[in-house]
Amino acid sequence: MSMYTLLVNNNHYEVDVEPDTPLLWVLRDHIKLKGTKYGCGIAMCGACTVHIDGEAARSCSLPVSSLARKRITTIEGLSPDGDHPVQQAWVEEDVAQCGYCQGGQIMSAASFLKTNPMPSVDEIRMAMSGNICRCASYNRIEKAVVLAAQKLKQQ
Amino acid sequence: MKKKIDRRGFLKVSALSAGGMLIGFNLFSSCKNSAKLPDDISKLNYKDFNAYIQIAPSGAVTIYAPNPEIGQGVKTSLPMLIAEELCVSWDSVLVKQANLDEAYYRQMSVGSTSILMGWLPLREVGATARQMLVNAAAQQAGVAPSKCTIKEGIITCDGNISIGIGEVVEEAAKLEIPTDVKLKDAKDFTIIGRNIKNVDANNIVTGKPLFGLDYEYDGKKIACMMRAPFGYKLKSFDATEALALQGVVDAFSFMQNSIAVVAEDTFTAMKAIKLIKPVWEATKRAADSEKENVKIKSLLQDSKYDLIQSTGNVDKAFASAEATIEQVYETPYLPHSCMEPMNFFAHVTDDWIKLAGPIQTPQNALNRVANALKRDKKDITLELTRIGGGFGRRLFGNYAPEAAIISHKSKYPIQLVYSREEDMMGGIYRPAISYKVSGAIKSNQVSAYKLRQVGSTSLKGRFANRFPTGAIPNVRLESIRNKSSITTGAWRAPISNVYAFAEQCFLDEVAFKLKKDPIAFHLELIEKAKKSDNEHLVYEPERMEGVIKLLAKKANWGNQSEGVYQGFSQYFSHETYAAEVAEVELRNGIPVITRVICAIDCGLVVNPLGAKNQVVGGIIDGIGHAMYSDFCIKDGRPTVTNFDRYRLIRMNETPQVECHFVQSNLAPSGLGEPSLPPAGAAVANAIFAATGVRITKQPFIKNKEVFG
Repeated sequence: MSMYTLLVNNNHYEVDVEPDTPLLWVLRDHIKLKGTKYGCGIAMCGACTVHIDGEAARSCSLPVSSLARKRITTIEGLSPDGDHPVQQAWVEEDVAQCGYCQGGQIMSAASFLKTNPMPSVDEIRMAMSGNICRCASYNRIEKAVVLAAQKLKQQ
Repeated sequence: MKKKIDRRGFLKVSALSAGGMLIGFNLFSSCKNSAKLPDDISKLNYKDFNAYIQIAPSGAVTIYAPNPEIGQGVKTSLPMLIAEELCVSWDSVLVKQANLDEAYYRQMSVGSTSILMGWLPLREVGATARQMLVNAAAQQAGVAPSKCTIKEGIITCDGNISIGIGEVVEEAAKLEIPTDVKLKDAKDFTIIGRNIKNVDANNIVTGKPLFGLDYEYDGKKIACMMRAPFGYKLKSFDATEALALQGVVDAFSFMQNSIAVVAEDTFTAMKAIKLIKPVWEATKRAADSEKENVKIKSLLQDSKYDLIQSTGNVDKAFASAEATIEQVYETPYLPHSCMEPMNFFAHVTDDWIKLAGPIQTPQNALNRVANALKRDKKDITLELTRIGGGFGRRLFGNYAPEAAIISHKSKYPIQLVYSREEDMMGGIYRPAISYKVSGAIKSNQVSAYKLRQVGSTSLKGRFANRFPTGAIPNVRLESIRNKSSITTGAWRAPISNVYAFAEQCFLDEVAFKLKKDPIAFHLELIEKAKKSDNEHLVYEPERMEGVIKLLAKKANWGNQSEGVYQGFSQYFSHETYAAEVAEVELRNGIPVITRVICAIDCGLVVNPLGAKNQVVGGIIDGIGHAMYSDFCIKDGRPTVTNFDRYRLIRMNETPQVECHFVQSNLAPSGLGEPSLPPAGAAVANAIFAATGVRITKQPFIKNKEVFG
């Protein structure tokens, strides 16, 4: 076991874990932030998506030892009051069915819109194809990303 | 509509000590005479009542929703029924998930039945409470209740005195329960039929801990497990390396053929289970899906079968046919792949057992734990969490007794967590099923229809007398069970999900052979069904005709733009009628599914927004699994165990789906499943229209002629 200091959602956390422990399990089991989900453990489903220094990353495949001095953002920290334009768009489009994958979807979308603030529908479909939604809410995710882009533009 | 029901029987009302009114009710049975409501909201029990409504002095209404939410929206749509009759504004309603205790009757989400079963009882509860509030307000204003109206939680007496429901809750709670209340007319609905968003939307988008895997408990350890391959036994195992890992507290075998490790945290438990060295021993039942396919093929020709339905004289019609058509359709075993892997919490002590987690059949889970540990059901409590996808998998709660046994053996409160690999390997799969469908043609009409199912499940009687019975004079349905050690169970729209693929691809092929337009051919068949004197038909041909006609109009059937190829399919299940047109375009010669248009008749649509979400999701789910999901079992183990090699549909492969509802005031039927069954056939038929190739085997993507 080793001690690591992590900066998560602007808070410092000290955790005593094995160096190969993925960020996903540090967040869920040690820091008790449950919004980041386990889906596959091999970076294929996107349920565990977080931001590292503002960029989307699959937390299930990031060992804690690689995160020194990185700024980690989870779905809980995306906005102070759950009012990030992507979150608002998700509620307005009634995207969620079971809801399990949606935190990861939102984190992917928020990061994507930072790099491409005015994406085409095809670009959205490609950018979001790393996130699986088993309820198949894909049509609404697509619409919500378009809506979120409009909201971000207005800000 | 006036209904006389003894409402005293199934609901009770009392005042809460902190103020406000509490209504407790049983949905499908009467309350016991001795049943008493608690006077404190924190002491709700579900022994005597299976759901509650609390009305606070502020006028706020809290409904403790009785059905587990698996993403199908009942946590929204069922409370809408109560709120509608209560005549309150939806904004003043808060919905909370009720927990399970013993004697909680039919608390499960299965077979798209929640809305069908709740339609009248929930409205009656709401109407009764509304009448009591109105009676109390009338008393206070000194007018007759008939002079009072109620709207959005405000009671207006004699046209000028306004009283909020919160102001009269305490008085209302003391009144006698009226036995003759009036339900609202459909034309007066203000909540039913409105687009109401998912009640948990804000919690979901902010990452609140709602799901089973998010469950926290002091001193909780994590357990991971492995089980013998299908048809194998556990001979021995070596846990030395696993136990040497820091944080691992126990490792043992249980339930004969499974091994568990218990650790301080999830990552350690997942690491440790991989370090276990088991020795499996093959039995005669060692499973291999390729070998099963060979057996299934021979059973398709076997002379012995179970007869599910026989109408007319099929053999005679085939003997006198001018032509016959026969086709075989094949579908593989499929895992459910819920995004939240199976998991369950259990704390087994000498005095009590606490269970918590995501399950569609809580009562059954509780019974299984009681049986497994030989304990009194009274000592067991079960807390429900939100469920990260069901699709049928969480009806089969084997993970609940597994968790309880691991807790019992290790003496720790534990949460059993399946890794994705364990979830996919230890599945309760959709059965692998093949169909042989044959048709006899005489005078350019179908004179007989014969369908044989062979699979690791039986074709049940409820499939009898569905379409095309009534439309074709001679029909025979046959079933042969292929015995297998591979565990199977319900998978979204059980059997229908593959049965519709066979039936609707076959009828498309028949239409082509008869040189008839597929939709015109279906309407012609339905016309015959409308005139049929067969009393056993389980579907209404008129409603089937209605959805097809609506679909043909909305899809602009027969007038598609150049380069767009349409395929049609329709199917009746779960009391709901669904008809779909899939459109494909060829890109570099490969078919791409661009759009699906769907028409649905599910009676009155309670929540159009939620209903549309269900229908669209069901169609994409049906297309995704028909197109991409390939699953084989070799040496008792699936050959794919995670989403790298097991393919689920992704956003860039998803068509735009349009959904249209038939306007209806008939009692609503469910929507979690019925849009899925026709989807695969609509796509296969569109691919035929585009390429001239009949795809008869799932997953379609493996068809080299079409997809290269």
